[in-house]
Amino acid sequence: MIKNETTEQLTEYVTVVIGAQLFGLPIARVQDVFVPDRLTRVPLAPPEVAGILNLRGRIVTAIDMRRRLDLGKRDDAQPPMAIGIEYRGESYGLLVDTVGEVMKLPNRACEIRPANLDPRIARVASGVIRLDGQLLVVLDVDRVLDMKNDAVAA
Amino acid sequence: MDDLLREFLTETNESLDVVDVELVRFEQEPNNAKILDNIFRLVHTIKGTCGFLNLPRLETLAHAAESLMGKFRDGMPVTSDAVTLILFTLDRVKEILAELERHQREPDGNDQDLIRSLDQMSQRVAPVKPAPMASAKTVGTLAPQTLERALRPGEVSLDDLERAFREAPGPAPATPVVAPAKPVVAPAKPAPEPTEKDDDDRGEGRIANQSIRVSLETLETLMTMVSELVLTRNQLLDIVRRHPESEFKVPLQRLSNVTAELQEGVMKTRMQPIGNAWQKMPRIVRDLSAELGKDIELEMHGADTELDRQVLERIKDPLTHMVRNSADHGLETPAERRAAGKPEIGTIRLSAYHEGGHIIIVVADDGRGLNTERIREKALLAGLATEAELDKMTEAQIQKFIFVPGFSTATKITSVSGRGVGMDVVRNNIDQIGGSIDVNSIKDEGLSFIIKIPLTLAIISALIVETDGDRFAIPQLSVIELVRVHAKSEHRIERIKDAAVLRLRNKLLPLVRLKTLLKLGADEAMPEKGFIVVTQVGAQTFGIVVDGVFHTEEIVVKPMSSKLRHIGMFSGNTILGDGSVIMIVDPNGVAQEIGTSATSSAHARAETAADAAGKAVVDTTSLLVFRAGSPVPKAVPLALVTRLEEVDCRKIELSNGRHMIQYRGQLMPLVRANDDVRIKADGAQPLLVFADDGRAMGLVVDEIIDIVNERLDIQVGGDGAGVLGSAVIRGQATEILDVGHFLPLAYEDWFRRKDMSVDAAARTLLFVDDSAFFRNMLSPVLKAAGYEVTTVPDAQSALALLKSGRRFDVLVTDIDMPGMDGFALAEAVRGDTRVAEMPIIALSSYSSPETIERGRQVGFHDYVAKFDRQSLVAALKEQTASLTRAA
Repeated sequence: MIKNETTEQLTEYVTVVIGAQLFGLPIARVQDVFVPDRLTRVPLAPPEVAGILNLRGRIVTAIDMRRRLDLGKRDDAQPPMAIGIEYRGESYGLLVDTVGEVMKLPNRACEIRPANLDPRIARVASGVIRLDGQLLVVLDVDRVLDMKNDAVAA
Repeated sequence: MDDLLREFLTETNESLDVVDVELVRFEQEPNNAKILDNIFRLVHTIKGTCGFLNLPRLETLAHAAESLMGKFRDGMPVTSDAVTLILFTLDRVKEILAELERHQREPDGNDQDLIRSLDQMSQRVAPVKPAPMASAKTVGTLAPQTLERALRPGEVSLDDLERAFREAPGPAPATPVVAPAKPVVAPAKPAPEPTEKDDDDRGEGRIANQSIRVSLETLETLMTMVSELVLTRNQLLDIVRRHPESEFKVPLQRLSNVTAELQEGVMKTRMQPIGNAWQKMPRIVRDLSAELGKDIELEMHGADTELDRQVLERIKDPLTHMVRNSADHGLETPAERRAAGKPEIGTIRLSAYHEGGHIIIVVADDGRGLNTERIREKALLAGLATEAELDKMTEAQIQKFIFVPGFSTATKITSVSGRGVGMDVVRNNIDQIGGSIDVNSIKDEGLSFIIKIPLTLAIISALIVETDGDRFAIPQLSVIELVRVHAKSEHRIERIKDAAVLRLRNKLLPLVRLKTLLKLGADEAMPEKGFIVVTQVGAQTFGIVVDGVFHTEEIVVKPMSSKLRHIGMFSGNTILGDGSVIMIVDPNGVAQEIGTSATSSAHARAETAADAAGKAVVDTTSLLVFRAGSPVPKAVPLALVTRLEEVDCRKIELSNGRHMIQYRGQLMPLVRANDDVRIKADGAQPLLVFADDGRAMGLVVDEIIDIVNERLDIQVGGDGAGVLGSAVIRGQATEILDVGHFLPLAYEDWFRRKDMSVDAAARTLLFVDDSAFFRNMLSPVLKAAGYEVTTVPDAQSALALLKSGRRFDVLVTDIDMPGMDGFALAEAVRGDTRVAEMPIIALSSYSSPETIERGRQVGFHDYVAKFDRQSLVAALKEQTASLTRAA
């Protein structure tokens, strides 16, 4: 989907904001969007694991995307939203600042990561899409959840 | 794998299990035509399906077995040999099936050996009546079968199948054998989606047919959805409680009841009758009975008792093991039984029933029972308990020693009382599923093992505790008791600098704060009050300090996310009744973190006698650091210290030039750690108390500093009596004291009591240990016990010494040594014929069942925990005594 520039295929993205940056997640990977409720912190867990919570009888591991992307601490006043993701048979909730609209964008608009992209973001981005006045970073969900991968970058 | 093949495999395996059982039954009632029909039908079905699926090897085998059974039907006498042969054939079929499952094709090879035997057997006894082509006894219908829906792609119509069965000729046998009765029976579930008619046709004896297969995944999903439903219902109930006049009240009540029933129903789907685990027993008992020449009757009660399938899987092997044991060792020979006035036929009884939230399974026999005397002797020799402790124990308590790891390794117990082979392993398995096992034996009347296991693995009982505002679950199974402490209570938290301990019934328990373990917030001093969850893991007992304790709750254990699985402190997570998620603390993880070895104090031993046997852990050693005489800190291994005391100086008396104190109703001698230590004139005097077999001695020190966990790296050559050497502890040079030096100062005969060194001739002993500390600590002990000790620092030197012709009566060796380890040394010694007979005793700070087993294989005679001086001396005495006998 990144380089497929010849066809007029469209991909739908759920847009979210993490630390003032606009991100898009391919809608096929998003299971649900929910308000994280009663998050249980897990002692000794990696810092990006915000805790675990009960989502309709399933235990979901909540990942604090700000910490994951090293984008500073969240403003406590505003409760986060969560994007439900399934990764290798397990349920995750990515905690983001806000969830925006769903955008349908042509695949050819998606460019490979530009060289000047913030390295913290670049390591989990599969591409970027230039919108009017801002940049939408397409998140590679697998890379987000494969935490061992960027030990060097982090 | 092909669906059809998979279905075939499952079906056939099940059928074979039934055939096993039925055949044994048939052997006992050879005239029961119904059983024979049933067996015949099952084997026939297998044969037919094999032909259809093009599995020639299986087909040939099934055919040959079927031929022989056909002869039975025609009136050939049913002999034990013939049944054995058929059972053999079935075993082969199972082997082939296993291969088939792995590689999806039949393994190469042929079964001519079996087929020839089967054919010979068929021919040996001519049929009483000419073999009729169709027996009158066959059941079933020839009516065309109809399926109530269109065939799906890949499916085969029943008619086609039927035809396939009839046309499956059975490969040409080596010798001409009359083909057995033509199949006239509808096949059992030949293809997926069997019709109900099949079930009806198959006659009695197979209740299992009334079921369908559902994947576990489906069940898990159902379970999850039900949990969610329960939570939603709870929320609704909560709302209605706040609006008592709500019109929803009545329908909600109904919804609530239905939900509860649904939950129960879904839980039930995971259950299987225990009979499934017993299926193989009749066959095993039959084989053993023939092999051992004993008549054994197997009774099974409560086979329909259901338990969680996971639990079922785990107890299968232990049960088989116990039944084998009963047949092999428990039951006497017919002659012995006659002599004892018992019926010649021995009975093994398996029963299962519900009790509380548990399933009780009993394996009982009416054999000779356990020989308590023998167990007692062995326990004493192995140093698991002292004579005095044993005197206080009941028979039942003594019998429990059979569950101690490694207890059964001694040949003595197995050959004489014949029991205990691998019972530690059985117990281990049962422990793993959160169950418990108990033994009940009456001499000459029989023995029973009572196993108590939880209904399901997924649901455990847990204590919900709170620390720092967060809740955690601690599995109830590891919790021994709860102690509430505050400054004034009988149980106090005491401190030895950083290390907190709880004095509980005269035992010092190491304490750890859950908050500290989980690194929640900054380290603070141990609180004055709080709750202590006294927890036991193996032989290790410790207290977990928490802020609050709520209640016990049945929780559904859910696996942790892979992102959290590396945290050893937790074993899983769960959703509580109120919908919140909490972590389940893993007591094993906590125990490892604490890393204390709770072996050798005499008191610990008395309390955990049956569980002890050196499950001690870690490569670090807990050391008690104190100051005595000089500013240089001193230390002794904490495991050697029985208690720490502070006594009122005014109570110290001087008698015959020695300091004594009234302690626990006895006069206890006090020994100063060195000449520079002054016994204080007033205030509190700190003492290290060493107790052993009813005697105690107080070592007078100036100040107790700390308890530390350190890897001991000793530089030898301390100056002054009673100093083994020095080590760097917490960055400071510390003198390690030799406890062995002080004990005789209190009682001259400390090491010589209990006729430890009765042998007039001093025995020679070779002691191999890479650690100078242990060499220095143990050699005085060994010398005091009457041995002439030679020490070497590694296995190579030991071998060189032996090669040079030096002979020793016994070899004591450490296991973990750099280069050549204890196992390798033992192997080398065993391989040298000149010294192969020399007893070897292994020393290790860590002993798991696996290492003990490995030790047994390489030829260790005994296995002793490193700090367990008493056991070592006992083991030496046993080994060298047997030497005398042998000589």
